[in-house]
Amino acid sequence: AKTKGVFGSVLDVLRGKGRVDQAFLDELEKRLYLADVGTQATRLIVDRVRQAFRDKEITGEVEVFVKAQLRELLTDATPGINYQPTGPTVVMIAGVNGSGKTTSIAKLANQLQSEGKKVLLAACDTFRAAAVEQLTVWAGRIGCEIVKQGQNADPSAVAHDACEKAKARGFDVLIVDTAGRLHTQTHLMKELEKIHRIVARQIPGAPHEVLLVLDATTGQNALTQAEQFSKSVKCTGIVLSKLDGTAKGGSVFAIKQKLGLPVKFVGLGEQIGDMEPFDPDAFVTALFEKE
Amino acid sequence: MFEGITKSLGEAFKKLRGRGRLTAENVKDGLREVRRAFLEADVNFNVATDFIARVEAKSLGQDVLARVDPSEQIVKNVYEELCALMGPVDHKIPQRADRPVVLMLCGLQGSGKTTTAAKLALTLKGQNRKPMLAAADLQRPGAVEQLKTLGEQIGVPVYSEATNPVDVCRNAVAQAKRTLCDIVILDTAGRLQIDDALMDELKRIDKLVKPDECYLVVDAMIGQEAANVAKAFNDALELNACILTKLDGDARGGAAMSIKGVTGVPIKFIGMGEKVDKLEDFIPERMAGRIMGQGDMMGVVEKI
Ligand SMILES: Nc1nc2c(ncn2[C@@H]2O[C@H](COP(=O)(O)OP(=O)(O)OP(=O)(O)O)[C@@H](O)[C@H]2O)c(=O)[nH]1
Ligand SMILES: Nc1nc2c(ncn2[C@@H]2O[C@H](COP(=O)(O)OP(=O)(O)OP(=O)(O)O)[C@@H](O)[C@H]2O)c(=O)[nH]1
Ligand SMILES: [Mg+2]
Ligand SMILES: [Mg+2]
Repeated sequence: AKTKGVFGSVLDVLRGKGRVDQAFLDELEKRLYLADVGTQATRLIVDRVRQAFRDKEITGEVEVFVKAQLRELLTDATPGINYQPTGPTVVMIAGVNGSGKTTSIAKLANQLQSEGKKVLLAACDTFRAAAVEQLTVWAGRIGCEIVKQGQNADPSAVAHDACEKAKARGFDVLIVDTAGRLHTQTHLMKELEKIHRIVARQIPGAPHEVLLVLDATTGQNALTQAEQFSKSVKCTGIVLSKLDGTAKGGSVFAIKQKLGLPVKFVGLGEQIGDMEPFDPDAFVTALFEKE
Repeated sequence: MFEGITKSLGEAFKKLRGRGRLTAENVKDGLREVRRAFLEADVNFNVATDFIARVEAKSLGQDVLARVDPSEQIVKNVYEELCALMGPVDHKIPQRADRPVVLMLCGLQGSGKTTTAAKLALTLKGQNRKPMLAAADLQRPGAVEQLKTLGEQIGVPVYSEATNPVDVCRNAVAQAKRTLCDIVILDTAGRLQIDDALMDELKRIDKLVKPDECYLVVDAMIGQEAANVAKAFNDALELNACILTKLDGDARGGAAMSIKGVTGVPIKFIGMGEKVDKLEDFIPERMAGRIMGQGDMMGVVEKI
């Protein structure tokens, strides 16, 4: 059972009584801020509501309108993984420290394996204590293979070996785990670019997806993360992790709006089954109804 | 650090600076900018609103010295209020002669608990104390291995057993007594504050082991949730302090304001990198100065 959060949901406001006046708009703005939607996207939404409904009676229409506006901001033209039937499809995973990369890889690998695909994991986080062990445990549970080297090995070398093995042994998908890094750490971002380069050199057209794993609890820094990681390794989508908490992940609006980066998957727990394809409808509904 | 808020507040204060007189109108205008800057820095909406109201009240009743720009007076007020909000901080970790002190670390998944446990142990070792680490995360794959690796790196014993978190904590304390360790740091599994079963587990550990201090470890990149998280953990465990991690990045760190504002729990230490020696004392004045981000800030404050 989930306990009630400190703050109510935006829905109270949308289903309230009265008129769409300044007090209503202020309250709507506050609720959007509390969902981490951020200044720009919040202003955009509030302005649109003001223009459409100023001084009108609050009816169900306002709720429908706001939800539609939000959904529109998130729609993804190419959902899912850009799968290459002739294989191997390479998915590279990146993100800041502790965002949920390794767990998301386990979830994705599990899903692909259960669809009958042959999955290989590359343990390119050779830096963090026991990061390789963590991925190894997951590989064991899922029953997929893993390419790894010792602590402090060159991550590009691991990526190189993994690409060779994926090609030689006919793997359908190679998922590359990388160490967490803050986008401000230039040398670590260079290291990430190098992994990307090696993968591209070994397998033409790869990586076919570069997924940035974002912790839904993150605030406005998420946009900077998305900007910097995209600049470095051309991200193709977002995995929004930890959405099982009360955090609403509202920063994805600004990310989509500014960078065009769509959310591909959402993480809903710590187990391998806890991942779903991103559904803008469900996301927007949760944004309003989640406590 | 805090380049973001630094920049936006810088712009806000530039606006304030342009004004000749401190009227109700321009106090409001300027503070609106400050508020926006706080929100962009992830300060909790309600905390930011209360904060601004306090500064506004303080500023309006104030005589402004002829020799200072009235806007500088507001800058000073914001700075002082920030320091007052985030301070005071006691950086000491308790010590006892009769038994090992117990520190418990808790927090959301991936916030930095395990790394911080090792950092604290290393700090304590540097103070000639004899720390022990307890691996109470039996949930995440590789969690025990991670703590053991870190323990080995810093030469601190790690207690672990494959039973359950409550037993690990209790037996670790007993082991510390036997081996004459004077402080035990409990590394617990990450958990959501709304996960009742796991929050109950923490309460059980708290009741049984009675940690001397309980620290919430929070990722500095956290957004509006900081308030909810801190409040829930504080309600469950009566936190003594909070440790803000990953401040080596460019997160604006508004959580530092939110957490103290909502719970009254002070930030004690900050994490400034992945390596085990990257733990620093949290200094409210420095943080406030950074948040305000004015090179001439201290000069302004001294002048008035
Ligand atoms: N509640 C919840 N926890 C998650 C989710 N995804 C990951 N976690 C937890 O978040 C923590 C960090 O996850 P990892 O997968 O190790 O994150 P990472 O990005 O690989 O971390 P580093 O490699 O250290 O940078 C772990 O405790 C995970 O169990 C999720 O969707 N929901
Ligand atoms: N840059 C930076 N990274 C940090 C800091 N503290 C921790 N990390 C990194 O953040 C990630 C998560 O740290 P952990 O110590 O494993 O976090 P945790 O809270 O124990 O995670 P779970 O046990 O899975 O809930 C790792 O990649 C750490 O190296 C810090 O101050 N700065
Ligand atoms: Mg990882
Ligand atoms: Mg841990």
